[in-house]
Formats: sequence, C-alpha cells, structure tokens
Amino acid sequence: MARPLGEATREAYGKALAELGRENPNIVVLDGDLSKSTMTKYFAQEFPDRFFNVGIAEANMVGIAAGLAASGKIAFASSFACFVMCKAFDQMRLAVAYSGNNVKIVGSHGGISIGEDGVSQMGHEDIGLALSLPGFVVMVPADGAETRAAVRAAAAHVGPVYIRVGRPKAPVVYENGCPDFQIGRAITLRNGHDVTLVANGLMVAAALDAADLLEQQGVSARVLDMHTVRPLDEEAIEKAARETGAIVVAEEHLLYTGLASQVAMAAAKRYPVPMRFIGLYDYAESGAPDALMRKYRLTADDIAREALALVNMRQSAAV
Amino acid sequence: MVTTDVSLEQLERTARKLRRHIVKMLAIAGSGHPGGSLSAIDILTALFFGNVMRYNPRNPRWEDRDRFILSKGHAVPALYAVLAEAGFIPEEWLWQLRKIDTPMQGHPSVKDIPALEASTGSLGQGLSIGLGMALAARLDNRRYHVYVMIGDGESEEGQVWEAAMAASHFRVGNLTAILDYNRYQLDGAIGEIMSIEPVVAKWEAFGWTVREIDGHDMRQILDALRWAREPRQQPSIIVAHTVKGKGVSFMENNNEFHGKAPTQAELEQALAELAD
Repeated sequence: MARPLGEATREAYGKALAELGRENPNIVVLDGDLSKSTMTKYFAQEFPDRFFNVGIAEANMVGIAAGLAASGKIAFASSFACFVMCKAFDQMRLAVAYSGNNVKIVGSHGGISIGEDGVSQMGHEDIGLALSLPGFVVMVPADGAETRAAVRAAAAHVGPVYIRVGRPKAPVVYENGCPDFQIGRAITLRNGHDVTLVANGLMVAAALDAADLLEQQGVSARVLDMHTVRPLDEEAIEKAARETGAIVVAEEHLLYTGLASQVAMAAAKRYPVPMRFIGLYDYAESGAPDALMRKYRLTADDIAREALALVNMRQSAAV
Repeated sequence: MVTTDVSLEQLERTARKLRRHIVKMLAIAGSGHPGGSLSAIDILTALFFGNVMRYNPRNPRWEDRDRFILSKGHAVPALYAVLAEAGFIPEEWLWQLRKIDTPMQGHPSVKDIPALEASTGSLGQGLSIGLGMALAARLDNRRYHVYVMIGDGESEEGQVWEAAMAASHFRVGNLTAILDYNRYQLDGAIGEIMSIEPVVAKWEAFGWTVREIDGHDMRQILDALRWAREPRQQPSIIVAHTVKGKGVSFMENNNEFHGKAPTQAELEQALAELAD
C-alpha cells in the first residue's frame, strides 16, 4: 500500500527553475543564504548572473524581487516557508500584493515533516499568511511531478504566487507526470461516493492510503488533490458535497488558517455537509519526520478514522 | 522631459509654487503630512525640473526612464505636486488628495498612479525595491538611474541597512539614495527618539559614497544629483540637511505639523508667505 518515495518537492522545484531558466532569460532567482536547502542552487550554478543571494535578509530579498519584477522580470524568491512568509510579510503585503508585482515566493521546508530542526524552522502558518494577501495564488503540490507543473504554471501566471514545498522525499502520486495541472483546478485522484478526502502536499498520498483503508471497510472515498488553495476549486467541493455528503480536509498546517478553513467556507456557502479536519492545533517539536506525523495525527490512519466517523454518523442518523 | 537648462531662480520659483500646492492640497484633504513634504520639495523640484531625470509624462512606463521612489511615502503630497507639474497627472487631481473613488491615495499606490514607481508608506522598503530596479538595468543593459528618497526616521528601520549592505555588495553604481535629514520624526526630535548618528560614517562603512548638502540650496542640490550619476562601481547617497516644514514660518521645525493639515486660516497665512 505504501507508495514509493520520489524526489522531495524542493528538489523538483530547484530542477524546474533551472529548466525554466534555460527557456526564459527573463526569469531571475533570489535566495536568502539557503540555496543548498531550497535547491535554487541548480539555477545559481547555471545562471549566476540572474541569481542573487541576498544573504540572511528576507525583507530585503522580497523588496529586491519586487523591484526586479517592476522592471519586467519574473522574480522567484526563496527561503524556508516560515522565514520568507513571517519575516518578509510586510514586504509581500505592500511591494508584492498591493502593488501587483510579478513575484513568485517559494517557501521550502513547509510543514512539520522537516523533522529534527524543530519549530523555529517549520512552516506551520505559511499558507495562512499567503492566503491573507489579496491577489496571491497559493499552491501546495503533492509530489515532484506536480511541483514541476506548479512551478511552470506559476511562471506563466502574471501576478503574485506562493508555492510551499517540503524537505523530505515525497511519495509518488503522479507516476506519469502531471500534464493536466491547472491553477485552481482540483485533481480527482480517486472516485468515491461515501465521503470525500480533500488534501494537498504530503497529505495527498496519505489521503490515497486512507482511501485504501476505507475501501477495506466497505467505504468508498473520493480523493481530491487540492493543490491550489487560492483560487479554490469551489465547483469540485460543491460536487463532492452533493455526491458524497461528507468531507474530510487534511493539511500539514495549523487549522486556524489554511486549506481546511477555505474548503469549509466554500462548502458552507455552496452546499453544507458534515466535515472533519486533519491538521495542527499547536506548534510541533523536534523529532523524526514519521514520528512527528504520527504524534500530530497527520497519517492515513487519522484521515480514515475521521472519514469513518462521518460515515457512521450519517448511518446512525438514517437509522 | 526637460531638454534645456533652467536657471536656479526658475527652479526656486517652481519649488515655491509646489509648496503652495502642498499646503493647499493638505488643507483641502484635512489630513496628511506637511512637514516632511515641505522639507523634501526642493530636492524633488531639482530632480524633475533641473535636467537631472529622464522621463516622459506621455509614457510613464518608458523602459529607459530614470526611476524615483519616495520611500518616505507620507511625503507624497510633494511627489503629487511634482507629478502634476511635470504633466503625469492633471493638476485638478491634487485637490482630490485622500478622497474616496480617486487615485490620490494617502500614501503612494503604484496601481493607482503608475508614475509613482512603487507603493510605499510602510517605512524601510523603498531602497530594496530601488536596488531591484537597479539590478534589472544591469541585466538588461539599460542605462537608467534609480533615485530613492528615504527619511531620517525611516533610517531606524533595519531593512534600510539590509539594502545598504546588499547594494554595495552587488556594486550598483546606478542607485542613489537621498536622505531627507529634517531631524524630526513623529514622536519628536530624532536625536531624542533614536539617533541615527554618525550617519555619514554609517553609510561610508556600508560601502557607499556620500555627499552632504544643504537640501534647500538649489545649486548644491543640482550639483549633488548630477554627481550621483557619474559612473562608478558603488552606490551613492546624498545626505541632505533640511528643515521640516521649510518655507512656512509656523511649520518650520514645528513637529506639530509632522502629520497635521493646516486650517483655513493657516493655509491663508502659508499662501501669503509663499507668494511670488
């Protein structure tokens, strides 16, 4: 049942950037002394003239990126998700979102699956911060192939984009690439009629595994890869709500802001159904990534348990 | 674009007219920042009308234009007055400052008025943006120059020094900061709130070439702005010693007028003092 591990999404990001660099001389990349971790190093090695390592100064990095974008460049700026979103939030607000500059922020080491480095390095709230910036497209790809597609889509999109990528090797979800990827269009990975599992990032693979577990218990689960948190695919959510009557949302992020609250708002507006949420309620801690995912209840078992609870609730109501 | 040389008297006359526009638009708006607008206006006048910057009001996004960013965004009345005088925006717009359903935002908004170059008002950001523009010129083999005006209080922001460090590291010669050193910030005298001294030594230590001037002496301003464009491998800064509220006797060095608009009576007195 376990999916084979593929490349980390940050690795795929770095390689996709270098590919884009070869195709488009207008692409410039900035990093804040983390290019060996965010993987912008591939672009830096190939295009040193178009790469700016600004040192450990995220606010300045985003400001420079805005100035480059205002001069016609497609500027990708990277650091850890928590550093770029938290330390340069004011710059993203005024110089990117409010100004409408064509800046792509890519935060690596999103979520708690970075493991041993602990809370100060983990992106717990990066997606929520990005969502609070009007005009930002916000994406959380599930695996390497989808990351390449998301990075290409980001470069082609005119306007601010935030993409979260992760540190660990990611289970392969798209074995044959992700050719149908479109910003704002959920991908139905598995059809089902009893409950829908909505997820992004690493939780997509977990949701697929959860669907296998549910199937063993006679429950048919639909799985939606909601790689774009904004603009959200509300049609897919409404359809899932109508056709399956229950939704579980799973994300590697604080539940106060992020995919879960966006999906809940869309469902409430379009077709309210019972929902459950898998995510974080507090900061995590240091530890092995797998152990952390288990302790903070971000596994296939956790998703399956919540889905079963929803299905059982409906059945007891029907009795 | 100005193509013929202008006299100092002409520039001083223009600056006086733009000072009248500043106090009038603030009085009509009923709020805003006169002190820092009046301290900056001589420099802005020289930049735009003293044969310094290349620009085209009919094509504000002309790719080879020189860029000016007002990082101390609260002084935007000064920049609006200049943009109207240069023909980027109609003069009538000045009297719509801070009004709903107009482009005349209380702080610069580039989406509303593209000639503004950058949205500012959260202090500390403009120099980084200007550095990005200066780097883009290098990548594209363009010869434009980028000027960024920063405030003295603004110099307390850490991002200013991040940008200062990076600009000299990247050896950008086409970036010039102008420090409007009027010695006051909102809460009081800058030396009492948070001193930025020794400011010249700081910029030199960060790898910038520095020139100090009287920011109200047109000759010195013009000389410094042209000096800044000379080819070099490092960024430059003009430390302009200015007077907050300059030109209106009861506003000069009176920090009450940092962020308070003149009343109708005060406006009349100011206009009388600023008459030709």
